[in-house]
Amino acid sequence: MSKIFRNQLFIPIAALLLLAVFNLIADPSFFKITLGYNSAGDPVLSGYLMTILDYGSELAILAIGMTLVTAASGGQDISVGAAIAISGSVVLRVLCGRDHHAETMQAPIIVAFLISCVVAMIFGAFNGALVAFFKIQPMVATLILFTAGRSIAAWINNNELPIVNEISFSYFGGFIPGIPVPTPFFIALACVIVIFLALKFTNLGLYTQSVGINESSSRLNGLNPEFIKFLAFIILGLCVAVAALIKVSRLSTINYSVIAKDIEMDAILAVALGGNALSGGKFNMGASILGAYVIQFLTTTLYKFNVPADALPAYKAVVVILLVVFSAPTVREFFSGLWKKMTKKGVEANAKA
Amino acid sequence: MKKKVLAVLLAAAMVLGLTACGGAAASSDGAAAPADGGAGGKLIKVGIINNDPNESGYRTANDKDLKAAFTEANGFQASFAYSLKNDEQITAAQKFIQDGVDYLLLSAADTAGWDSVLKDAQAAGVRVILFDRTIDADPSLYSASIVSDMEKEGETAVNWLKGQNLSEYNIIHIQGVMGSAAQKGRSGAVDAAVASDGWNIVTQQTAEWNAEKAQQIVQSVIDAGTPFNVIYAENDDMAKGAVAALDKANISHGVGKDVIVMGFDCNKWALEELLNQNWNYDGQCNPFQSQYILDVIKTLESGQEPAQKTIIMDEKGFDATTITADDVNNYGI
Repeated sequence: MSKIFRNQLFIPIAALLLLAVFNLIADPSFFKITLGYNSAGDPVLSGYLMTILDYGSELAILAIGMTLVTAASGGQDISVGAAIAISGSVVLRVLCGRDHHAETMQAPIIVAFLISCVVAMIFGAFNGALVAFFKIQPMVATLILFTAGRSIAAWINNNELPIVNEISFSYFGGFIPGIPVPTPFFIALACVIVIFLALKFTNLGLYTQSVGINESSSRLNGLNPEFIKFLAFIILGLCVAVAALIKVSRLSTINYSVIAKDIEMDAILAVALGGNALSGGKFNMGASILGAYVIQFLTTTLYKFNVPADALPAYKAVVVILLVVFSAPTVREFFSGLWKKMTKKGVEANAKA
Repeated sequence: MKKKVLAVLLAAAMVLGLTACGGAAASSDGAAAPADGGAGGKLIKVGIINNDPNESGYRTANDKDLKAAFTEANGFQASFAYSLKNDEQITAAQKFIQDGVDYLLLSAADTAGWDSVLKDAQAAGVRVILFDRTIDADPSLYSASIVSDMEKEGETAVNWLKGQNLSEYNIIHIQGVMGSAAQKGRSGAVDAAVASDGWNIVTQQTAEWNAEKAQQIVQSVIDAGTPFNVIYAENDDMAKGAVAALDKANISHGVGKDVIVMGFDCNKWALEELLNQNWNYDGQCNPFQSQYILDVIKTLESGQEPAQKTIIMDEKGFDATTITADDVNNYGI
């Protein structure tokens, strides 16, 4: 039993079950999924669970990169929201060209996406270089982009707010005609599969963890810690580009000051909720991704109960407090000790009888 | 070696990025503040302190309008300062006063803290004109204040909604950042109508001017299956987010459809939605203040005082059934 407590997946699964049970008691219709049609006449599944799968996807994608960055560098990137604004702005800049209300797209979506990937990876590399080569604290290094990012995003489009009028662009954040499951979920799924294959068939996971656990001993073992950290930030940049595509596609436009606002905090929370040490080292990718969906589960639940949007951070803060308390080694030891005592007593009682 | 090359490249990219941004800013400043040399003494010197034009489409339009009005050709030598922070704005104001501007135009980030600097301005003989936002200071410290009446914007919208004579009103009310002047004014009118006309509020939540949050709020109402027939969003972005959720659930919206969609700010794309009858109403928040300011300056230059200290701008509300393509071009921001 104490094995279950110690398993990393325990925290996110327990949180998920807690939320599920709460919703089941409060209103079982929470779990209802209905098949309907959207205004274009295509079948879509709808219901709270679908909403969670849909909106949790960007967070899950970001959680992948954030987990690697956390594990390798022992710090977090707080600039992902601003980076999403930049990379979303690039997508729209390429698609709309000079005319920010273009009727037709000026470039194929794939070209726009690839360019935005390159841009996001460059900004990731910028963060990565500061952290890996200049040894700046990750949170301080990424503070630069956190502050400047949204202005850069606005500058890319000359402060205009471009709008893409073509329907095919909205598929990435909505539904592909004929497929009733939201596309963001598939995109997230693809990212998850790619990262799991990468972790399974390359040394990425092993190297990242060893750098995170002990940088100098991994250097002695022939690893290049700077490069591993640098790589983690570039991978996060790629995740940012994918998340940005979904974000701008949802509304086919962008608002530089509010797009993906505070998403960095949710992404870090997802990593923490996955039971990963925020000081780096060992990580469990699956737990982080599950953590991301748990956070969206919480958000959707709060929306359902009409909690004002500006009060959401307060509830998330409660989750953070609980997490911090339960992940503290002393508290964990206390609970597993308690469990041992209880089972021991049970065994003794049985033996006497 | 590889590492070094990479580091150098990155540093170069970084510097390039920085200079690129800096370059853009510098060039816009250059255009706004022409050199003293050839101008001669006839130009009226104005210092304009505004909020960051990136803040919103409204602010961008506001800034463009001012830049177009205060040109050398119109007899002005204008310098601009932008900040969303009050202390930085105050520093800019002090600098303008030292530079000896004739007029200080101010859209304050915060209402408090302006007394001492405005007294300095008065002592230096600088006339102060407030635009867009009021401040908590003695009215004798400024010559005129040109503002939007947010309460009136809300009332115009709510009166329009009353005029629709729906058999019942089930409203999703999506609010802006709580406590902002726009939110207070636009929410106040709805709350009053709820109390007096017995309208039903399905949900009243803040989406903090954010389209995505609005989309999630409306999505949540749809998922819950609660019926509604009006979306009252306090800006265009949030209305757009709400409409995205409606489209997903195949709920028709617009003129003669199931749900009435209302927005504010008159973005061009929003007025186009009205023209296509996908939305029903859009309330204006007038960013074109330069004409009012020019009138005030003209009056002051002729040695008179403006008739009223507080000048409230005309603001319209557009109905999808009567809006024209000309309106979209003239009033869209």
